[in-house]
Amino acid sequence: MQLDLIEGFRNPEHIKALAKLIKQECKEKINVMEVCGGHTHTIMKYGLPQILPNLIEFIHGPGCPVCIMPKERIDHAIALASQKDVILATLGDMIRVPGSKTSLQKLRADGKDIRSLYSPLDIIKIAQDNPEKKVVFFAIGFETTTPMTAVMIEQAIKLDMKNLYFHINHVLVPEPIEAIMSGGDSRINAFLGPSHVSVITGYGIFEPIVEKYKTPIVVAGFEPVDVMEAILMLVRQFNKGRCEVQNQYKRAVSKEGNTKAQNLINRYMEKRSHFRWRGIGDIANSALKLKDEYARFDAEVVFDDILPKEQIDDHKLCICGDILKGNAKPYNCKVFGKACTPNTPMGSCMVSSEGACSAYFKYGQFLNQGE
Amino acid sequence: MCLSIPSKVIKIDENNMATVDTMGVKREVTLDLIGEPVSVGDFVLIHVGFAMNKISQEEALESIKVYDEIVAKMNSEEIDPSEGDANYAT
Ligand code: SF4
Repeated sequence: MQLDLIEGFRNPEHIKALAKLIKQECKEKINVMEVCGGHTHTIMKYGLPQILPNLIEFIHGPGCPVCIMPKERIDHAIALASQKDVILATLGDMIRVPGSKTSLQKLRADGKDIRSLYSPLDIIKIAQDNPEKKVVFFAIGFETTTPMTAVMIEQAIKLDMKNLYFHINHVLVPEPIEAIMSGGDSRINAFLGPSHVSVITGYGIFEPIVEKYKTPIVVAGFEPVDVMEAILMLVRQFNKGRCEVQNQYKRAVSKEGNTKAQNLINRYMEKRSHFRWRGIGDIANSALKLKDEYARFDAEVVFDDILPKEQIDDHKLCICGDILKGNAKPYNCKVFGKACTPNTPMGSCMVSSEGACSAYFKYGQFLNQGE
Repeated sequence: MCLSIPSKVIKIDENNMATVDTMGVKREVTLDLIGEPVSVGDFVLIHVGFAMNKISQEEALESIKVYDEIVAKMNSEEIDPSEGDANYAT
């Protein structure tokens, strides 16, 4: 059964049959943005652009939490980790991303106590085992990962932890979509909605965007068959002149989402007035912070005097911003695959395996670069 | 950061921690984020040590049935077999 639940959604026969149907039915150009970096990865890994008609063009969206982190926030992590009495913990690829001068990885090699965790669950034990240290959790991620941080805040309060702090960098999905569309010059006319963000938020959260910008959204699972079926659903919406939110990922996503997780987030966090997205710029209400009543756990409050305040922009040659907005592809960048590779990233889209440049670098040989 | 593979719950302890099996790999996750009751044998999605939700087996099997039907239909229509036959980098 477990195998069915996976293989059924990777089955090459299913992929081929859906590709044929899409070819038969697709009549107009659909520029579809996959919001989520996980989808970018699937699309590239399985070479989906090759088996789809040219009328379907993928535009890789901003949905990689590591890629959109501006350097000044990474500099915060570096400033915190540089303190003698601090242990800094974070998730995933974050430690590889260069800030303005160095990365957490390099700092760790220099002997600073920086931990890359599999799960935020570990931070309580780290804090308990190191009472003489201050433990800072550098929290990153979209709506998918925010509730996990909320659970840890709840535990920190319950256990009355005195040496555990949170540096919150949780970002939201609807606001950047809104920012990309509201310029009015976007080529995007359809969206693949994120899988796991929608598990938490529910697919209902996308209804206002569909209404406002008349772009259909299909929430899709992460497997290649999921993505193909979602494309077929978009094609059929176009053919029927419809424009709505549809849910392809029925086995995991409901309209309301995980309300327990939503309530936890709302108990401890609230929207920031604005947040600077790497490559996109400042977006109002697009990220979360701890509520004022939990300021004693908020690393941005407690360590305010050591955190750098200036904004730092990317290398002049890096066009991550245009890629995130759908106006360029990674191979349009002059340094792509030359000066900029996963081992020597110059921009954030090359750092995380979910970033567009990194996915193109890894799987790009399948692509027709003249498209 | 997202792990999309369904994991099977094989044990639940009194602290609401579950042992799950992800394609033969066993690990511990907390069920604290799930509002509905979870039982041994259920499938869940895992993210950074937390189960995020249950996966509906009925919905999954229903989808797969639809794909199988599409495959059968496409085969019976004798479409040029080379069409759409690109290499899959699986
Ligand atoms: S290849 Fe590197 S420098 Fe160019 S856009 Fe991508 S991340 Fe930026």
